[in-house]
Amino acid sequence: MSAPATPAVSSAAAPALAVRMVDINKRFGNVQANADVTLSVRAGTVHGLVGENGAGKSTLMSVLYGFYAADSGHIEVAGEPVRIRHAQDAIALGLGMVHQHFMLVETLTVIANVMLGAEPHVLLKRADALVRERLLALMGSTGLRVDLDAIVGDLSVGDRQRLEILKTLYRGAKILILDEPTAVLTPQETEALFKVLARLREQGTTIILITHKLKEVMRLCDHVTVMRAGRVVHESAIANASVQGLAEAMVGRQVNIGRPSEGAVRPGEIALQAEGLTLRDAMQVTRLHEVSLSLRAGEIVGVAGVSGNGQSELLEVLSGLRAPQAGRMMLAGESFEPNCWLEPRTARRLRMAHVPEDRHARAMVMSFAAWESAVLGYEGLPEYSRRGWMRHGRMRAATEALMQRFDVRPRAPKLGSAKFSGGNQQKLVLAREIGQSPHVLLVGQPTRGVDIGAIEFIHGQLRALRDAGCAVLVVSSELDEILALADRVLVMNQGRITGELPIADCSEARLGLLMVETEDAPA
Amino acid sequence: MSRALPLPRWADVALMPLVNLAIALVAAGLVVALIGQSPREVMVMLIQGAFGSARGLSYTLYYATSFIFTGLAVSVAFHGGLFNIGAEGQATLGGLGTGLVALWLSQRLPAPVLLPLMLLGGALFGMVWAAVPAYLQAYRGSHVVITTIMFNFLASALLGYLLVNTLRAPGGMSVESVPFGPAAHLPGMHEMLAGLGIEWPSSPLNISLFLALLAAAGVYLLLWHSRAGYRMRAVGASEGAAAYAGIHPKRQVILAMGLSGALAGMVGMNEIAGVNGKLLLDFVGGAGFTGIAVAVMGRNHPVGIVLASLLFGALFQGGAEVSMEVQGFSRDMVVMLQGFIVLFSGAMAYVISPWVARAIHAATRRAAPAAKIAEPAGGTHG
Repeated sequence: MSAPATPAVSSAAAPALAVRMVDINKRFGNVQANADVTLSVRAGTVHGLVGENGAGKSTLMSVLYGFYAADSGHIEVAGEPVRIRHAQDAIALGLGMVHQHFMLVETLTVIANVMLGAEPHVLLKRADALVRERLLALMGSTGLRVDLDAIVGDLSVGDRQRLEILKTLYRGAKILILDEPTAVLTPQETEALFKVLARLREQGTTIILITHKLKEVMRLCDHVTVMRAGRVVHESAIANASVQGLAEAMVGRQVNIGRPSEGAVRPGEIALQAEGLTLRDAMQVTRLHEVSLSLRAGEIVGVAGVSGNGQSELLEVLSGLRAPQAGRMMLAGESFEPNCWLEPRTARRLRMAHVPEDRHARAMVMSFAAWESAVLGYEGLPEYSRRGWMRHGRMRAATEALMQRFDVRPRAPKLGSAKFSGGNQQKLVLAREIGQSPHVLLVGQPTRGVDIGAIEFIHGQLRALRDAGCAVLVVSSELDEILALADRVLVMNQGRITGELPIADCSEARLGLLMVETEDAPA
Repeated sequence: MSRALPLPRWADVALMPLVNLAIALVAAGLVVALIGQSPREVMVMLIQGAFGSARGLSYTLYYATSFIFTGLAVSVAFHGGLFNIGAEGQATLGGLGTGLVALWLSQRLPAPVLLPLMLLGGALFGMVWAAVPAYLQAYRGSHVVITTIMFNFLASALLGYLLVNTLRAPGGMSVESVPFGPAAHLPGMHEMLAGLGIEWPSSPLNISLFLALLAAAGVYLLLWHSRAGYRMRAVGASEGAAAYAGIHPKRQVILAMGLSGALAGMVGMNEIAGVNGKLLLDFVGGAGFTGIAVAVMGRNHPVGIVLASLLFGALFQGGAEVSMEVQGFSRDMVVMLQGFIVLFSGAMAYVISPWVARAIHAATRRAAPAAKIAEPAGGTHG
């Protein structure tokens, strides 16, 4: 613990800096993750740190939080030079980090999670009382309310996030680092979070917000730093920034990820129809409740909803990965009943392709080379195997062609699937599925973990496919994406379809409401 | 908490096994020194014993043959995502299958017909013995590690029971079957070489070595060139992705384990058909367990497995020589050395490889243009 005993008093002229990182360099192998990065965060402000995946934001914050040691450069906290070797050093300096993936023990109560590892008394009952008292005071002053005796596993995502923030504040954090905090939240929850963050700022907490959602940066932040390829490329007060300007700084060129003006879509015949799909999981919890939908050729149907409201299950059922308990599906003139449900292989034969939402666990075999992953699901086609033997030459050539067509970088079929960035993995998966010119395409989270440049490209490809007459179903937890892509929107809430709107009638507020309203309290 | 540096592929494949082996040898050498022997002398004697004479080399290769079969068995299951601890039992049952075919038909069929049938019998018995734990894993969720361990005991008990009660030679005092007819004898290497006019000392080494090498080539083709192997590896690497691709993981579990059991079952061709010429107790002699070490050491690749089998065969043979020559050096010392090899190439490999990675990166960086060394600069930015 090399924290200085006395907090520094800043000079009168300059505003007090909570954190200053100077000329940080960090290299992993051949990759310069941070190159001469300098970041100054003023005390009591919200500072946005934006950039594409792999731009070096996370590395920089990991250096600040003591996960990595920088190769060179130095750090000042509250004006004093410090050395942060472990997360414990960072915590002692008043830094607190809320990770994108929550670090919570789901089987324990909220209060047990807060005191875990920092129990103020050897007797748990006494510790509980001490923690409870302090937490209640903290909850009162910040407006972060969570039921202290609830089991974390039962909490909503928003509650868990509040708990994470509460936990860091409880440990004395004065500088809060939030990594993509709104990725899993509904618009309403995001709104609530921003209110809390604004209040924390008023109370003097410094907040570093890592995000790629530029609208949020414009709404909440006071300053913004943009990183690209390990360097700081833009830095300004928010008053001098614009969404378009920040996006261009992030990508290094002009981008357009909004909805292009387009002629009216003319949907064709019904390509896929599902009626009354009902799915219960192993615990007999109903995941899908009488879901009916139809997909027409030449349209993109968006499925909006907060993660975990049945969208994943819907995709699994439609693609044949899981059979429902009840319902019926028609695809390419064939009808499927629960006792003889569609199989993934049949789905491919009937020209339905599927880009699963979980790239790592489903869409690719991460330990395979790209040219092996690029035929996954189609390995039985005569162009890829004959008489039981794989045709490596053709597989490699096909992968090369797919990479060319979808601009996958690096264009290296022999590279391991896991070595590509998220965006390029996704492009390869899309290339594989679209490459078979499907009549129906199911896409889950098309741009999750994908950077802006690739988002623009992927959206373009999906629109092109729609224009070519394919029926496309897009499930996304990003409302912006639904609004940018869909011609018709279905809203899922607690396993049901709670709304169906043509895109013209959609607004963020209206969809957000449909996503969260419950039966007993209709809006 | 720093992120591990990636190890270059060549180092991972070629250098790491050698480094691990070297560390294991050093550790074993320390123990040898501790009991008052000269590690150098023992080492020289071990290598001499294993490779120094035609006879020693033959024994080394004879041991290696069984290890190739069991090592391949373990690695095929591994590529299917399964840890098969039961190669010992599957080899036992394979030997039983081989032996039963021989006992039944060795008086009636000529060798060219009988030997393939014996091979088939062994493979089939091993396959069925492995298929039961596979079924339990795939459809009942019983973990294959647990069930295959239990099946080793069952196999050993079953063989003992059959030998004592059913197959024992009438009037014989020892627990073994009657000798097979001459048609069931797999030619020894010295016999075959004598046929070619080459003089070679008599040893247990037999032509099942070629069968083992063929099996290694077959496993390579299957895993990396066939559609079945593609699907098996997909399931082994990512069950979710395999299901998405329309591959049935449960069937692949049965397939991988069945194949694994069949490979282990071929040990009987070496031990029963090639050497003993009759069924007896404990002919596998731990080769099934050594197969696990071989697969780990050989990185689950057929080429690696053949090389690792050679290493372990040399340890067995050289160790036997040393224990005969050196006072106080028992065969247990060889087991200890094996233990070190398994420890350092298996369990400890993840401890050692980051060090090697760091050393390689340091070396390459020194070779590359000098990295930027930034001095703590006064704030001119921001």
